[in-house]
Amino acid sequence: MKPFRIGCGAGFQGDRIEPATDLANRGALDVLVFECLAERTIALAQKARLDDPNGGYDPLLERRLRATLPGCAKHGTKIITNMGAANPRAAAKKARAIVADLGLSLKVATVTGDDVSDRIADFILDETHQPASALGQRMVSANAYIGISGVVEALSQGADIVICGRASDPALFLAPLVHHFGWAMDDYEKLGRGTLIGHLLECSAQITGGYFADPGVKDVPDIANIGFPFAEVTADGNAVVTKLENTGGTVTPATCTEQLLYEIHDPARYLQPDVVADFSKVTFEAIGTNRVAVRGAAGHPPTGQLKVSVAYRDGWQGEGQISYMGINARARAELARSILDQRLDAPDIQERLGHLIGSDDHTRLRYTARCTSAATARLIGEEVESLYLCGPAAGGGVSKSVREIIAIASTLMPSDSVLLRSDLLGVNDEAA
Amino acid sequence: MKLHDLAHGRTGDKGDTSNISIIAYRAEDFDRLLADVTADRVAAHLNQPASAVTRYVLPQLCAMNFVLAGALKGGVTRSLALDAHGKCLSSILLEMPLTPDHS
Repeated sequence: MKPFRIGCGAGFQGDRIEPATDLANRGALDVLVFECLAERTIALAQKARLDDPNGGYDPLLERRLRATLPGCAKHGTKIITNMGAANPRAAAKKARAIVADLGLSLKVATVTGDDVSDRIADFILDETHQPASALGQRMVSANAYIGISGVVEALSQGADIVICGRASDPALFLAPLVHHFGWAMDDYEKLGRGTLIGHLLECSAQITGGYFADPGVKDVPDIANIGFPFAEVTADGNAVVTKLENTGGTVTPATCTEQLLYEIHDPARYLQPDVVADFSKVTFEAIGTNRVAVRGAAGHPPTGQLKVSVAYRDGWQGEGQISYMGINARARAELARSILDQRLDAPDIQERLGHLIGSDDHTRLRYTARCTSAATARLIGEEVESLYLCGPAAGGGVSKSVREIIAIASTLMPSDSVLLRSDLLGVNDEAA
Repeated sequence: MKLHDLAHGRTGDKGDTSNISIIAYRAEDFDRLLADVTADRVAAHLNQPASAVTRYVLPQLCAMNFVLAGALKGGVTRSLALDAHGKCLSSILLEMPLTPDHS
């Protein structure tokens, strides 16, 4: 059996699109995964859905699909993505419209069930030590990190594009491996190995030389044209991680080791919905230029619990910045900070931070605070701006911003209370 | 000599917990790093309580993984810090001076 080729076309919502297009056109991949949901992204998407019932999915979905679908269709590459965010069904309808517009014939499926906001109320949150219901109207969303079953089912139904919301990131990669190789759901060694492949690929360029370069020490060739990674996976679950020829970047045991431990706590117990993966005995071997053999992951039965992220409104952050340069710059910046400390005395400022950035003759003051109300948060930037006229000599280059803080709390929910479903979009959905 | 001379590393964040990998460039330096770069020293260098830092070791990769609980002032969603993810923590740790090697 020839190796299964699975690539990563995005490692976060704002990731570059060109390297994904390159993978789609030249990678001859079996699957291209777009991982675009960070902890907070789905809460922002939920807010967008409240404003627009047809919104709430990834704002770059259309650009990513238009750029990669022609290449994917040519090579028979399936797409799996969590770009559905808070509204997989609307995202799938959009995908169907794009497919039709490009004159292609591809089946689109959704996987839903991750939204657990209707049954989260009694669960105690780790961070607040209170039930989720105590958040009341402040709660924005509650989503479980789902495993592979919904995506596997969608692939079994013949889907070419699978769109889900919150899923465990490695599961987006593990699902097509399980589907392709027919691994049993209790073959934990294979599930652990597939999880490792997903974990290594899920942050796109972070394994091909991105988030790595340290000039003079860890140099990365042609990083401006960095390529995204793909893996050639064999039936035993081991793999070679590599990238396309004629792309920038580097794939070495060093880049792989850094990514192996990225966002990992105990390497022997990486908790996933379908497996507890064990990375503690993993090895990397360079077997060619930009080709690293990955071996030795293992796995154990899952815990039976899914992580749930609960997003809630937690006040507002206001910020202003101003620069001082030339003679006595630092002293003027310090004076500016002291003025702000005195002027900004609203009782709903919960926490503040004023710090000086730069050198003694080129100092930028950044002053920021977390506030209960948006009005007070706006005041932070306004008081920084008013330093132009009412502050120290020669302040310049003010910037200011206000954002609502969406905080995240976590809890665990029994896996069997989260029911997933996959749906192939039918003809009737096309016009929507 | 600084840790940066013998090792590289990367920071990740999950909620309010940061983790920093430290990886020896050369296998022959790993035992020395293992003895010198302890959880206690890492905690002291990064101004964290010693009890908050756990070290995991992967000898076949000449790698250590330091997990720092509560190190991110509430995490990326709440922290007022400029680098709310704590992405720069690995570079700060790599500045740590190594104990002179007399062996």
